[in-house]
Amino acid sequence: MSKKSFRQAINEALRQEMRRDPTVILMGEDVAGGRGGSAGTVDAWGGVLGVTKGLYEEFGETRVLDTPITEASYIGAAAGAAVTGLRPVAELMFVDFVGCCLDQIMNQAAKFRYMFGGKARTPLVIRAMYGAGFNAAAQHSQALYPLFTHIPGLKVVIPSSPYEAKGLLISAIRDDDPVIFLENKVMYDVEEEVPDEPYAIPFGEANLTREGDDVTIVAFGRMVGMANEAADRLAKKGIGCTVIDPRTTSPLDGETILDCVADTGRLVIVDESSPRCNMATDIAALVAEEAFDALRAPIRRVVPPHTPVPFATVLETLYMPSVEKIEAAVTATMNHRVKEKV
Amino acid sequence: MQIARETLLRSYRAMRTIRMFEERLHVEFATGEIPGFVHLYCGEEASAVGVCANLTDNDTIASTHRGHGHCIAKGVEVAGMMAEIYGRSTGVCRGKGGSMHIADLACGMLGANGIVGGGPPLICGAALSHKTLRDGGVAVAFYGDGASNEGTTLESLNLASVWQLPAVFVVEDNGYGEATGASFACAGTQKARAAGFGMPYIECDGSDYFAVHEAAGEAIAHARAGRGPVMLHVHLQRWYGHFEGDAMTYRAPGEVAEAKRDHDCLRLFRERVTQAGLFEDSVLDEVDTAVTDEIEAAVLQAKDDPLPQSADLLADVYVRY
Ligand SMILES: Cc1ncc(C[n+]2csc(CCOP(=O)(O)OP(=O)(O)O)c2C)c(N)n1
Ligand SMILES: [Mg+2]
Repeated sequence: MSKKSFRQAINEALRQEMRRDPTVILMGEDVAGGRGGSAGTVDAWGGVLGVTKGLYEEFGETRVLDTPITEASYIGAAAGAAVTGLRPVAELMFVDFVGCCLDQIMNQAAKFRYMFGGKARTPLVIRAMYGAGFNAAAQHSQALYPLFTHIPGLKVVIPSSPYEAKGLLISAIRDDDPVIFLENKVMYDVEEEVPDEPYAIPFGEANLTREGDDVTIVAFGRMVGMANEAADRLAKKGIGCTVIDPRTTSPLDGETILDCVADTGRLVIVDESSPRCNMATDIAALVAEEAFDALRAPIRRVVPPHTPVPFATVLETLYMPSVEKIEAAVTATMNHRVKEKV
Repeated sequence: MQIARETLLRSYRAMRTIRMFEERLHVEFATGEIPGFVHLYCGEEASAVGVCANLTDNDTIASTHRGHGHCIAKGVEVAGMMAEIYGRSTGVCRGKGGSMHIADLACGMLGANGIVGGGPPLICGAALSHKTLRDGGVAVAFYGDGASNEGTTLESLNLASVWQLPAVFVVEDNGYGEATGASFACAGTQKARAAGFGMPYIECDGSDYFAVHEAAGEAIAHARAGRGPVMLHVHLQRWYGHFEGDAMTYRAPGEVAEAKRDHDCLRLFRERVTQAGLFEDSVLDEVDTAVTDEIEAAVLQAKDDPLPQSADLLADVYVRY
């Protein structure tokens, strides 16, 4: 056990799985970097933000493959390799670039097993960065997990901390279905204690990061940290919050969410993806249908507005959910009084 | 071909403006005041300017993440660009887009682009508009050696040929896509790619304004005459990292210094026009001074300009909703 960053935790998961299983390979743009450069250095970058640094050195060019800038073909190649014996981890860099290769994910990898009558296994992992907060503007800031969650056949993972990232990535690599693994780009330097040995965190099992009696907060990825902070502040005001990190949006641990709502009677969902047809609407529908009688207040969603992500800091800050916005939503659900019917 | 004095002076000024704009951003970015990603075009000025000197506001270009040079060459206001990069409401995109999304449709600038390979398909569409509306315009896609490998780019070469569009595909080949060399990433040759899609291919040295101007002139005339698309392959060197903050460990020590020494388009331009007796050094020095002042004013103004207002967040998602 030692302190590791989100970046190191992911690197360690990749390294340990590559050591364990020779069929695990990496591919992507500049996952090593420096190929064809005049300095003759390889592993010049180790990914744009250094997440795969050192893996080329250990595993060489047959296991760590730099690609041209050609998402449709290498993401598709990863899917094709996955269904024929390899376990590729393909890095898409920014999840926004899925626009260039969605067919290979949505119509190919996701559907092999079902379309082929259960005969295919596609142990593919696609890693990508998501999220706003970097002034990266509309084409480099999206949180597209609802898009993937919408597609049957894909599993979707959103780690909320370094510990979670390592355990969930190991599960993703060992999983026999295509998995989209989304890393919040603002979190790479976040540190916490992470075990040195490999461990797997199962999909579809939510994690409770705070427990309290009054309000249930469901949050994803980076939003879990914000929800925890809001819960800690609210606890000082005598409001107890349970914070649920579902870890995976597909499969989704609806049972834990429903159990917690049954206890608290109030629900706030924090989701940084665009608000129409996102995880917040999905969970709100589930709870409205399955736990209507338990609700003591309307469900509240802390989500961005239905706009692209703006560039200027002032606008991006307004756009994003925040600890303050979560606190306000929780307080509003607490203040709700059921009107008597006349 | 004889280039008008006026055009030469305007081109010199545009190249100098790009150089100073970028060098200033390099300095300002290091102070942490500029948000987001910034990709500098220094060293490649003659490409944008040599091509755009053959275009008018009626023609359309699409740019890349490394877009400041194309914007300036196509006539986008420097002050508005600077304000945009600083995220101010006075920016050409009102602070909504930043460095990677500067666009000005009024002068035929269809936008920098955060998506590699995003431009070439759009240029097929712009060329289709020019052709259908019979407005005499041509559409020019600037894209990098890295972007030349995107499916969107390769499909656009085909579509432009099939539809016989008035389009020019300018491959700005600076030898790198991020940290990966073109020698590794690009199979075959650009020339063979052009031939494969049945279009003429012209190549030129991108540090030589006159060579670019001539090659682009030929390509654009061909497209404008309704004879279909052309590929223009411009050989370039980039002087800074892929983005600001890149240590460039993948490049041999001295590579950039050599590029600056031997392939400085501004120095080469000056030598050529002064030796030919076209301009006195003093005339060009005056331009340099004027540009220095313009950039200084743009930075001061941008830092002082108002930030966007909260209501701007929700504005302009749609025309009507
Ligand atoms: C679809 C897509 N893939 C990857 C990226 C990340 N990216 C940004 S610039 C770049 C390199 C582009 O190289 P090139 O086209 O040669 O242009 P240059 O940077 O050399 O001007 C990459 C890979 C992106 N923005 N969009
Ligand atoms: Mg390049």
